[in-house]
Amino acid sequence: MTGVSRRTFAAGSAAAALGIATGAGAQPAPVKIGAIFPLSGNSASAGNYSKMAIEVGIDVINNGNAELAPLLPLAKGPGLPGLGGAKIQLVFADNQGTPAAGQNQALRLISEEKVVALMGAYQSGITLTASAIAERHGIPFVNGESVAANLTERGFKWFFRVTPVAIDFARAYSSFLKAQKAAGQKVGSIALIHENTEYGNSVGSVIVDQFAKDGMPIGQKITYSANSSDVQPQVLQLKEKNPDVAIFVSYTSDAILYAKTMKELNWKPSIMIADNAGFNDPSFIKQMGSTVEGLVNRSAFSGGKPGTVPYIFNELYKKKSGGDDLDDVSVRGLQGFLVLADAINRAGSTEPAKIQAALRATNLPASQMVAGYDGVKFDDKGQNILASSIVTQLRNGKYLAIAPKDRATAEVILPYKGW
Amino acid sequence: MSMTLVQVIVSGLLLGAVYALFSSGLTLIWGMMNVVNFAHGDFVMLGMYTAVVVWTALGGGPFAAAPIAAILIATLGIASYFLLVRHIMRGPMLAQILGTFGLALFLRYSAFWYFGADFKTLPDTLVGGSFVIAGIRFEGARVLAGVSGLAITLLLHVILTRTMVGSRMLAVSEDATAAQLMGIRPQRMQALAWGMAGAATGIAGALIATFFYTSPTVGETLAILAFVTVSFGGFGSVLGALVAGLIIGVVESLSAYLIGPVYKDVVVYLLFVLVLWFRPQGLMGKA
Repeated sequence: MTGVSRRTFAAGSAAAALGIATGAGAQPAPVKIGAIFPLSGNSASAGNYSKMAIEVGIDVINNGNAELAPLLPLAKGPGLPGLGGAKIQLVFADNQGTPAAGQNQALRLISEEKVVALMGAYQSGITLTASAIAERHGIPFVNGESVAANLTERGFKWFFRVTPVAIDFARAYSSFLKAQKAAGQKVGSIALIHENTEYGNSVGSVIVDQFAKDGMPIGQKITYSANSSDVQPQVLQLKEKNPDVAIFVSYTSDAILYAKTMKELNWKPSIMIADNAGFNDPSFIKQMGSTVEGLVNRSAFSGGKPGTVPYIFNELYKKKSGGDDLDDVSVRGLQGFLVLADAINRAGSTEPAKIQAALRATNLPASQMVAGYDGVKFDDKGQNILASSIVTQLRNGKYLAIAPKDRATAEVILPYKGW
Repeated sequence: MSMTLVQVIVSGLLLGAVYALFSSGLTLIWGMMNVVNFAHGDFVMLGMYTAVVVWTALGGGPFAAAPIAAILIATLGIASYFLLVRHIMRGPMLAQILGTFGLALFLRYSAFWYFGADFKTLPDTLVGGSFVIAGIRFEGARVLAGVSGLAITLLLHVILTRTMVGSRMLAVSEDATAAQLMGIRPQRMQALAWGMAGAATGIAGALIATFFYTSPTVGETLAILAFVTVSFGGFGSVLGALVAGLIIGVVESLSAYLIGPVYKDVVVYLLFVLVLWFRPQGLMGKA
């Protein structure tokens, strides 16, 4: 099956190269990519926003976009020029929020859908299992959003991660707090509250290590099971110790419960930091924004000025989403997709090994980024060494960039207001 | 005892009353007809969405939403009985389990399709915010849900043990053939049980929605607690579910506070296993 389509591609691109009019019937076969995201289960809202952002990216590449064309080579369209104008076809698969389902979907996409590359899978724990299947079958796996440190520590040859990772965030928070301390804020006691799956555990332990190194030890560490039915005891533990700073690592359902319960029990720290994920879910911000005013977060998306790649993509996305802006998670998913599309285009082939080689050679400049990275370039482990993070603060339902200084669009306001 | 500890116990008791509230429907159906309704959590979920819709479309609070949810979910319960449960009850045990499980998935994915994956919450001012008595904070929405939980489980208990309808329902559950010889129509009684269970579940959902988030998968998070509460308290015993709910709520809160939140489930399920070891029929179930 793949052999036939590969031959069709070859014929298509040869004909294009020779300038022969090939007629409507000779349109090269689409390039099939598998995308594994949580489309149901407790993280489904984040997964569906990512899907929507990636669909905007597909549209830009397959049909071209005049506004983006001068900034982004692949936006000239239609399709991938390196493959004779072949269009990209994404096959979305639902990981149902469980590592087992993610693994099964990866297997199905590779063996039944015959995809040439995989992307996804949002939750670190699921990316872990799904990418192991890709590795075994020699299929490139591009991950746009999972941050657990160990994902790139497995010696994998087919795994590429575009997003910044836990250590980048930990440093961003730590330098943010140091700056606040210098400005006279109290940051003496720090509490860390994290969920206990791959994501929360790994980000949590990186934060603990980094903060200890930076001379700001975490005084209170609360580990809880994700998808809690109740978080009152945790909030009461916090209320009793009353730390100056609280850092949350949570998915959406728990983020909502924490926000609600903190108000119910009337406790807030003077600086509240949330590591992305649940606190960044557009449905969280819509529903709970007014309860967590002044929350400090990290983001890969900072809006950008009119005429830039992020700005134009955001305008396209808003049309599709009915007014919602791109957010940190969806923008990283989209960035991951664009990196993969660029590699397939440069590979000029749908052969997995050639795509892998092209991914290794990736070198994208900051000017082509939709996410707020310094660019994309992978190290030997498959980690993007140009990924970076922006510290943001929630004001009236929107996250504004407050650090680092060169990317900030607003000054920080402290103490944390909450409700 | 420190103030915080008292607060933890009070929170646990209120939580436990809510567990009892959303478990009563499940235990009723089990007691009546030996069918475990695996779609129970999704009945709760639909009750929660009813409250969300009543608030967003009509601006009504839980006092408007609870009766509407009771009627809607009761109808759903009766429809489930006539269209599905009545038929699968004739099949083997496995068919019953998979039948209501299928119903659960059908309802869950229908909710995904209709409401979308976004989380919804109701404004916390809907039930008067929170208040302080003797240094202990109470959240209006939780107090309302907890008190309703007590009231509804007691009401169901009274209906089952002190009324003619209750006696008929119990007669059917004891021996449907004998009941039929006495002029009781088993199907009508069983449909009534599903209706009553649906009503209680609908009210539970509408009240929980005032302080919890609503999403298509919220039923999954809550259902496991309902099953534990019901088997802990004794399948079929409404009062047992109440006692079990309160015990679980307090044990959960105390262990989360004193030992740590990741251990609370270990403590609760250990206690659960121990109770079943010594009393397989549950705390107040019939042997």
